[in-house]
Amino acid sequence: MQEAQPGGTQPLFMTPDVDAARQHFRAKPKGMVDKVTTVSEAVARLIHDGDYIAIGGFGANRIPTAVLHEIVRQGRRHLGVSGHTATHDFQILAAGGCMDRCDVAYVVGLEARGLSRVSRRLFEDGGIQATEWTNAALAWRYRAAAMGIPFIPARNMLGTDTLRYSAAKVITCPYTGVKLVALPALYPDVAIIHVHRADRYGNCQIDGINVADNDLARAAKRVIITAERLVPTEHFRREPHRTAIPFFCVDAVIEVPYGSYPGNMPYEYFSDEEHLREWLAAEEDPATFRQFLDRYIYGTRDFNEYLELCGGIEKLRRLRAQEWLVERPNSA
Amino acid sequence: MAGDYNPMELMICLAARYLEDGATVVVGTGAPCAAAMLAQRLHAPNLTIMFEAGGVAPILPTMPISVGDSRTFWRALMATSMDDIMSFCQKGMVDYTFLGGAQVDMYGNINSTMIGTDYARPRVRFPGSGGANDLGSLCWRTMMITPQDRRRFVPKCNFVTTPGYLTGPGAREAAGLPPGTGPYKVITNLCVIGFDEETKRMRVESLHPGITREQVQENTGFELLWADDLGRSQPPTAEELQVLRTEVDPYRYIIGR
Repeated sequence: MQEAQPGGTQPLFMTPDVDAARQHFRAKPKGMVDKVTTVSEAVARLIHDGDYIAIGGFGANRIPTAVLHEIVRQGRRHLGVSGHTATHDFQILAAGGCMDRCDVAYVVGLEARGLSRVSRRLFEDGGIQATEWTNAALAWRYRAAAMGIPFIPARNMLGTDTLRYSAAKVITCPYTGVKLVALPALYPDVAIIHVHRADRYGNCQIDGINVADNDLARAAKRVIITAERLVPTEHFRREPHRTAIPFFCVDAVIEVPYGSYPGNMPYEYFSDEEHLREWLAAEEDPATFRQFLDRYIYGTRDFNEYLELCGGIEKLRRLRAQEWLVERPNSA
Repeated sequence: MAGDYNPMELMICLAARYLEDGATVVVGTGAPCAAAMLAQRLHAPNLTIMFEAGGVAPILPTMPISVGDSRTFWRALMATSMDDIMSFCQKGMVDYTFLGGAQVDMYGNINSTMIGTDYARPRVRFPGSGGANDLGSLCWRTMMITPQDRRRFVPKCNFVTTPGYLTGPGAREAAGLPPGTGPYKVITNLCVIGFDEETKRMRVESLHPGITREQVQENTGFELLWADDLGRSQPPTAEELQVLRTEVDPYRYIIGR
């Protein structure tokens, strides 16, 4: 498949039109207004059929599970998705049949845990249109959008089928003459990010690695934040150097304790490997999986019901103990 | 006691020996992570381990499950971003990385994207690049720890996800990849493979104890080159095994596979 190619052949799903983006960001309300709401209201108001969404965290680490479940429950269709190490997050959206296009960096796998059958089928049956990228490429595409520039040059992807099946172009540096890949700015319609702490206005702190979320929150046209805890604004004024996302980027704030479950939340709780195994196993049989989804997503009103079904406070206590290695760590 | 070890333990010990003190390495989960942890506990206490999602120099308490889980920055010196880690690679500060894949060819090109001939309808879809293309493009030396068989060691990858030496000498540079980078060692359950300077093709450097040339060639879908001074891989020492089993992977998550 590999031959000299000037650039990628796959579709570019989102325009890197920086001036259109400037108009959007100019019109975006930037006042310090109370943005606290519910998960169902935020999804109904801010995520529409056909939107292109991007999910914060890293697959099964610091993910906004409650919002993902709600997208499935509300039956969103034809979503585009940025597959930037998308693992359990992608698995949820695939289960709901919510997507029809995807910028792929890492999809269908759950790292050491194995591959999701339902997610794989989506690609193998042609049920989703794909364009290839890499983790750095998507992170840098957010970076370009966050900076308000139409592309960012980089030295990855060159010479490969990953480039050929991308939508990237190859350019020559005007200063040094080196060949570069031009990664187009990615402005998602909506970013959904789970954080450790937020105030009512959308200021956010993230503990541990931020992955690509500082840039993602600045790149997206609309931002939904779920937070482990709501804290007073004074908390941010005491240590402003720790603010990862400023209020004026954010459109909705929802307090969702244990909101990354069954994913890991750094310094809070470890991933629930039992439940993730149960999910992967259920996907092996369509009837079983339908029951599984009815039980855990379609049959639950909200995220708290899901947490209860998965073992409630005792399960969460155990995952906290595992996070701090007070109890034997779980394995994939 | 040192005579009693399994192929995974051997591969991890061999890989660990290539990581020198003071070097930097980006690793994933599994065997590469175990190799880096082992090197750090033996001959390379100042090996800096990084993870693509943002962990820098953790004191790994146990095997991570994800390259972004909280173990990857447990008692770390920095918890940063993917942009930051990949930029360190791009600016030339990362010596080693480890990659895996469903297929690899004689030039060390790796496929982790799909099996089949139609991109729109792959016979089997795999995760894709993740950070592999970035790391294989931008780190100085790329290593693999992988089982060796004809299904995996193929004449031509169905999809080149991550660049090895592409089509041979000069091809990486012609494509625009940073000069001086590329595949370095492939450590399998049968042998250790390097890359011939002139042809950039895989060249076997040492056979594992009890393994023959014929066995290695039989399990490879292309013609291998052989080092003039073809040697025997040094089995794990008692000390390596003890540290691997008691400190690096006490629950046998990796070495029990």
